[in-house]
Amino acid sequence: MTAPSNWFLEELERRGVSRREFMGFCGVMASALALPKSVGASIAAAIQKTEKPVLVWLEFQDCCGNTESFLRASRPTVAEIVLDTLSVDYHETIMAAAGAQARANLEKAVKDHKGKYIAVVEGSIPTGEGGAYCTIGGRSAISIARDVCGDAMATIAMGTCATFGGLPAAAPNPTGALGVADAVPGVRNLINLSACPANVENLTALVVYYLTFKNLPPTDAYRRPLFAYGKAIHDNCERRAHYDAGQYVEAWGDDGHRTGYCLYKMGCKGPVTFQNCPNVRWNEGTNWPIGCGHPCIGCAEPDFWDKMTPFYRHLSGIPGFGVQSNIDKIGAWATVGVGAAFAAHGVVSLAKRWKAGQPPRHLPDAPDKKPGEGEKGGRS
Amino acid sequence: MTLVVVDPVTRIEGHLRIETEVDGGKVQDAWSSATMFRGVELILKGRDPRDAWAFTQRICGVCTTVHAIASIRAVENAIGATPPPNARLLRNLIISAQCVQDHVVHFYHLHALDWVDIVSALSADPAKTSALAQSISDWPLSSTTYFAGIQQRVKAFVERGQLGPFANAYWGHPAYRLPAEANLMAVAHYLEALDWQREFIKIHAILGGKNPHLQSFLVGGMATPIDPDRQASLNAGSIAQMQELIKKGRDFVTKVYIPDLLAIASFYKDWAGYGAGVGNYLVYGEYPEADGPNPALFLPPGVIHKRDLSKVEPFDPSKITEQVKHSWYEYEGGDDKGLHPFQGETKPKYTGPKPPYERLETGAKYSWLKSPRYDGEPMEVGPLARMLVAYASGQPRVKELVGVVLGKLGVGPEALFSTLGRVAARGIETQVLVEKMDDWLNGLAANMAKRELRIADNSKWEPSTWPRECSGAGFHEAPRGALGHWVHIRDGQIANYQCVVPSTWNAGPRDASGKRGPYEEALLGTPIHDPTQPLEILRTVHSFDPCIACGVHVVDAQKRELAQVRVL
Repeated sequence: MTAPSNWFLEELERRGVSRREFMGFCGVMASALALPKSVGASIAAAIQKTEKPVLVWLEFQDCCGNTESFLRASRPTVAEIVLDTLSVDYHETIMAAAGAQARANLEKAVKDHKGKYIAVVEGSIPTGEGGAYCTIGGRSAISIARDVCGDAMATIAMGTCATFGGLPAAAPNPTGALGVADAVPGVRNLINLSACPANVENLTALVVYYLTFKNLPPTDAYRRPLFAYGKAIHDNCERRAHYDAGQYVEAWGDDGHRTGYCLYKMGCKGPVTFQNCPNVRWNEGTNWPIGCGHPCIGCAEPDFWDKMTPFYRHLSGIPGFGVQSNIDKIGAWATVGVGAAFAAHGVVSLAKRWKAGQPPRHLPDAPDKKPGEGEKGGRS
Repeated sequence: MTLVVVDPVTRIEGHLRIETEVDGGKVQDAWSSATMFRGVELILKGRDPRDAWAFTQRICGVCTTVHAIASIRAVENAIGATPPPNARLLRNLIISAQCVQDHVVHFYHLHALDWVDIVSALSADPAKTSALAQSISDWPLSSTTYFAGIQQRVKAFVERGQLGPFANAYWGHPAYRLPAEANLMAVAHYLEALDWQREFIKIHAILGGKNPHLQSFLVGGMATPIDPDRQASLNAGSIAQMQELIKKGRDFVTKVYIPDLLAIASFYKDWAGYGAGVGNYLVYGEYPEADGPNPALFLPPGVIHKRDLSKVEPFDPSKITEQVKHSWYEYEGGDDKGLHPFQGETKPKYTGPKPPYERLETGAKYSWLKSPRYDGEPMEVGPLARMLVAYASGQPRVKELVGVVLGKLGVGPEALFSTLGRVAARGIETQVLVEKMDDWLNGLAANMAKRELRIADNSKWEPSTWPRECSGAGFHEAPRGALGHWVHIRDGQIANYQCVVPSTWNAGPRDASGKRGPYEEALLGTPIHDPTQPLEILRTVHSFDPCIACGVHVVDAQKRELAQVRVL
């Protein structure tokens, strides 16, 4: 094996990436991680020294959206290097082998690297019909998940389906779908990257975090890294000043909409959604949903398909919006229990899910923090 | 008779299992099974129809726009909303960008490794590779040094001993027939296409906030404001940005994708003799060129039966039915007849083997996909169907490009009915669309210039403006083919929601009369060199570009009591 620093720098050069550009990338990562720029140097050193850790990527009740997000990794050539820093031994969407050969690759990775590999899970895991709602090679998703995640060094649940059950678990949860935390009880070192899909910048940042600090990042109550989920979207929104000034979009395409006024009245869930969308944005910083004029739908939060809908109804029970101090009341809204939230939006059937037959879930019903918490200094 | 099972079929979206019987070096029979179910339509019941697009969008994150488009069209059709011209143009741009990006990714990242041997690229002569590349295209990345660098890069990767996603594949299989130099060129373009797709799809981020799962769709229009004089709207800067992305996209398609496709296809012309399938083609049509009901469509709708290109029948939505004889669902009136989506009923009923299992009971029910039929017949949908209907209908640019491709390969139109025909049709469609996108962008700019800034029909936004009960259908051509959503709205809520999806048409199982679905039929006669390395099965299945999460759904939420849902 070539010395790590050599192969890494050679690869950089081969891809036309100068050392300086690479350091720039590490600086970006450092800022994604909310670290001082000087930390960039130690990140660079850590990546160069690292052997390629093995990663296996499992897809269950998924739409492949997180894989597509993964393919959009930013700073292309450098992101590719970061991927090459890992050995992706199993990923059905991209791997060349199929059928028996593909299954053998998974078995080999799990056996040869027991306790050392990283598992990524995309999609929820169904528990109904003895596992027949999702099988791969004749095996149920839940048995694969328990085996593979059970022996992993760490598991990353990528996207809201793998994290909280997501769309398949929306009422009436026809297949008994669960996120990893519930489907694999006792799973070690689980990191949840919620959102629909998860932003690849946060996956990349997580990997770099691990390689740099040799441990996993501190998380919130939902096991989401604070560096990405530590603040409410509302707190960092570019339209926040319009909220504070009481300037709102009233109709699609009206003067306020074209000017970039606050989308609160159109149903924006930014005040109760914790993610770094406004900071890192999407597709190499090109844009983000609020930036293109549509309200946030709260996709990073548990049960958002039930709790945040109807999407275009503005958050209720928040009197006199437009005054900054009321954000605390919005935070209180976020702690409304599921039953009350369901009753509020009138989908009667949803409540049934919670009464009968629902698989056990280990998630708390609501965040245990308020907007602005989780990062020193709070909201400005 | 040897049973050859491929599960998981990789390099697709979703969970697909193919079982085949192989004898005398050929596939004698085949069964296509989808092995994952979520029940999205059940989840939609009782919800706000304006939210439905976001739910259905998550049916698929690869074709991340298609179920959103079909959904808003269905709801608009039901409530009588009329999207303004800008919404039509924005949607055409989003749909075409999706199709172009998806087709390129399919060719290079999902399909190419069935034809391209990466290991063989290691023994290529970079100088000869450069000569080959320069003989087929003036794409600038074509020097000897460039290809030597790519080869070195692959070599270093292999020498590190961790092959990752390229491990344990079918390298060296005799069905790989490209010279080493063509393999090296293709590997270089595999890597370039990874960068390209990430760039090109920024059109979606500009118009939809992000990709995957764009977030600018609205019932009645689009949420992306347009105003040449505002920072927070699509303005001249956004137009310029998209012009540049489209131009770069077009360069890559014209100078890399199409030349590669022709070069690779010329070594695999015998695959114009395999994979024909059912020979019936169904197209709903796409890209409205005018506003209001029944606009002219840039790619025409139509139906072709039994490979007869002399006759294109008009598309009639009332002829669509779905059957469940071999699907894990049951109908109240028995499983032997098909039901139109509006009359549909469904109960999931899993009767397959308890996992873990070795074999499916292919004589009984064996898939989570239903069997859609048109006038009782299985139909192929997708780029090949679209190009055949456009070709037979005389769509000028399609007719011209089909002629060019057939001429370059030295084959007749009958070669289109094949595995290779699907690959070629996808390329032709990509070229046609990436040339067309400027027109729609210019239309948007022209509207901006005359201060036509409307983006949505706000008159139908509030549910109080809707009829108490109404229903509608939304039709769309997704990258993988004809997609329809049917919605029934009562008291402002979804009473029933149904999707009939491209991969259901193509990947569905047999029907009550025993007629195979398109994948199953297309696999018959596929040569199999080595049953333990079923590369040839992958070629034909991949030529359809499977998207199985899309295909699996439940049709009728109406007659199903939620209390009956069985949960462990």
